[in-house]
Amino acid sequence: MTAKAAAPRLELKGISKRFPGVVANDQVSFAVPAGTIHALLGENGAGKSTLVKIIYGVQSADEGAIVFDGNLVQIGSPKEARALGIGMVFQHFSLFEAMTVLENIALGMDDPPPRRQLEARVREVLDSYGLSLDPHRYVHTLSVGERQRIEIVRALLQEPRLLIMDEPTSVLTPQEVEELFKTLWRLANEGCSILYISHKLHEIEVLCESATILRGGKVVGSCDPRRESAKSMAEMMIGGSLKDLSDKSDCSYGEDRFTVSGLSAPGEPPFGTSLKDVSFSVRSGEIFGIAGVAGNGQNELLAVISGETQAGVTGSIRLEGRELSQLSVGARRKAGLASSPEERNGHAAVPAMSLAENAILSARSRMGLASGGVIKGGAAKDYATRVIEAFSVKATGPAAAAGSLSGGNLQKFVMGREIMQNPAVFVVSQPTWGVDAGAASFIRQAMIDLVAKGASVVVVSQDLDELLELCDRLAVINEGRLSEAMDVKGIDIEKVGLLMGGVHGSEIDGAGAGRAADPSHAPAKRPEPAL
Amino acid sequence: MSLDLLVAILMTIAGAATPLLIAGLGELVVEKSGVLNLGVEGMMLIGAVTGFAVATTTGFPVLGAFAAMVAAALASAIFAVLVLTLMANQVATGLALTIFGTGVSALIGAPFVGITTPTLGTIFPDWLTSTPLLRLVFGHSPLVYLGLLLTLGVWWFLNRSRAGLILRAVGESDTAAHAIGYPVLKVRYLAILFGGAMAGLAGSYYSLVLTPMWAERLTAGRGWIAIALVVFASWRPGRMLAGAYLFGLVITMELQAKAAGFNMFAPEFLAALPYIATIAVLAIISAAKRGSANAPACLGKSFRATA
Repeated sequence: MTAKAAAPRLELKGISKRFPGVVANDQVSFAVPAGTIHALLGENGAGKSTLVKIIYGVQSADEGAIVFDGNLVQIGSPKEARALGIGMVFQHFSLFEAMTVLENIALGMDDPPPRRQLEARVREVLDSYGLSLDPHRYVHTLSVGERQRIEIVRALLQEPRLLIMDEPTSVLTPQEVEELFKTLWRLANEGCSILYISHKLHEIEVLCESATILRGGKVVGSCDPRRESAKSMAEMMIGGSLKDLSDKSDCSYGEDRFTVSGLSAPGEPPFGTSLKDVSFSVRSGEIFGIAGVAGNGQNELLAVISGETQAGVTGSIRLEGRELSQLSVGARRKAGLASSPEERNGHAAVPAMSLAENAILSARSRMGLASGGVIKGGAAKDYATRVIEAFSVKATGPAAAAGSLSGGNLQKFVMGREIMQNPAVFVVSQPTWGVDAGAASFIRQAMIDLVAKGASVVVVSQDLDELLELCDRLAVINEGRLSEAMDVKGIDIEKVGLLMGGVHGSEIDGAGAGRAADPSHAPAKRPEPAL
Repeated sequence: MSLDLLVAILMTIAGAATPLLIAGLGELVVEKSGVLNLGVEGMMLIGAVTGFAVATTTGFPVLGAFAAMVAAALASAIFAVLVLTLMANQVATGLALTIFGTGVSALIGAPFVGITTPTLGTIFPDWLTSTPLLRLVFGHSPLVYLGLLLTLGVWWFLNRSRAGLILRAVGESDTAAHAIGYPVLKVRYLAILFGGAMAGLAGSYYSLVLTPMWAERLTAGRGWIAIALVVFASWRPGRMLAGAYLFGLVITMELQAKAAGFNMFAPEFLAALPYIATIAVLAIISAAKRGSANAPACLGKSFRATA
């Protein structure tokens, strides 16, 4: 065996990548041997996406080297990556809906063969991997799993030596996941290496034979997922050190004020998550947290509570005993339910409109900024000015366009606009997402002050540290289901990590023995290579 | 009804259908690339007057037809710069192009009113058109045959060639096509120029074949029918052929009814028949669920390249 053959398929040496204000990757080094399935683990923002974009040539590293099959390589573009034998299946597919499978495959290839030859090769690949897909079907008629197969076939046609998969199962059904795993094992047995990114730890346990864990852009550990439990991997992802809880000992909780029970709603096609029987209740003076990995139904839940989504919703939303689920967005605001969605530019605020006009949009009835269909410009200007002052928003004044504010300042304005209406309940998603540390602590303090006055706050966030610092109780949302609420004091952080990774309540108690019990849809073990 | 009359009617249908077919196929390619050009009527008028002017001045109608294509393509180039490079609204710009074409053609055509021109004759020798049946096959203007070949050509281009695949991809998702690395604006420029040339050729058919004379607004709104036919055809060249000949039939019915002294309805009603049929067809297609299913997803949207 030559030295080259023994070299790992991919080796990263000290990769660093900085963006303004954030270090996405900091001296990342690890190796993936030929024919292995290697997991890349980490929370949102840990730097996984940046790292694979560097490997696939979409972005370039500031420092460090990539060694592929023993050769030092420079990967300047996806085309160069494909030429080396690196394939990638993206989380969101770039497919043309009104075209056939075959046409999509041809469009994505650098130099496709003639139609009949291409069709023959596609059928060959489909047959040999046991994938079912009709090359002449139109993409818009296909399921998400079938669409993913197009991307996989496109990658397989280039005979990859390294296949990168970014959250491939986040939109698949359990059956589709099983099919995917069979294909990946088959590929690995043929010598292709696979770099696999997923939040779903029980899948990693079954699929992968090695793993690198990233946190804050750094490699914080590596493990063999087959010898670890979902629990221990979650621990490594989240990290041991947790911030001290803020002291809110003097506050006393009142009665249940805001109660959501049995809430179900269909997801927006094609990628939306449907909500399944979500129930929780929040007392007055309490901050309630909803943790979870992105895309597990958070946006849908917020839209249902705010009243944006009303079609197909079942269940009840009660504020101080009053049923709100049949009311419009405006009527809910008037009743004291304020909300602020994740996306501030374009959803919470209209970028092209002034701050005063944006204030009217959500505060018109509670603050009397419009009456009888006529806007009270002076009152709106006054209110916007008060928000700007109270929340120290850096803006030229109430006439400044919302889009001219920095993300953090606009978020402060949006939060202030809602909080200064003195809502009975304030539901907010990602209150400090993309906001610098100073503004973030200001926003958190404002929420604590709001509950001190007896209001209730629901915070939806992917930042677990934030929730632990801020909340009194929290629950975890996964695939549209909300777990039982847990007291943050003395919370079992491992259990939270497991819930976020999709291991459900009943399985957690048995998890201490090493491995979590196999979830019902976990596929069988990797078969031995057929020789 | 004598055989002669029947053949004459069938040939009139082909004659009425051909300009609709040629202009419609051009617009079909433009729309498949994701651009809505409502200036077809204007470009046809520019083509009609240019063709007539060149044919009368030089005495070569073929030269007139070529000049018509070039002139209308130039007019479409103005449209392309406005909507692609300057990202103007496509609907408003297209309407402006029609108004522009109407005015410019009246201006250029003023000295030519009342003059007749040599017409584009048949291309086959006389003995091939000696009997009515032979005439039905060989007696048409060359543009009639060109329209049929063009149908086949556009179908092959869109469904069988790589360039056509890229054109459809650009019309389907400009951002995805751009991300994969295809030149979205270049593809759309070429499509618009092709559409302009075809509109010009169709316009010259009115001044060089159907009526060898020039009058203001000679095309009489047929450009709008061509645009409607694209929707009627669900962006498919084969259906475009069927649609154009169907409308050719409607137009011929109007002419024949007038000639036969059929006077149950006012002549104005008969003249309005093709346009009433257009509205009816569009309403039926829009009501049918899958009517616009084949529409290019990016139709009428401006594209701004990012990153």
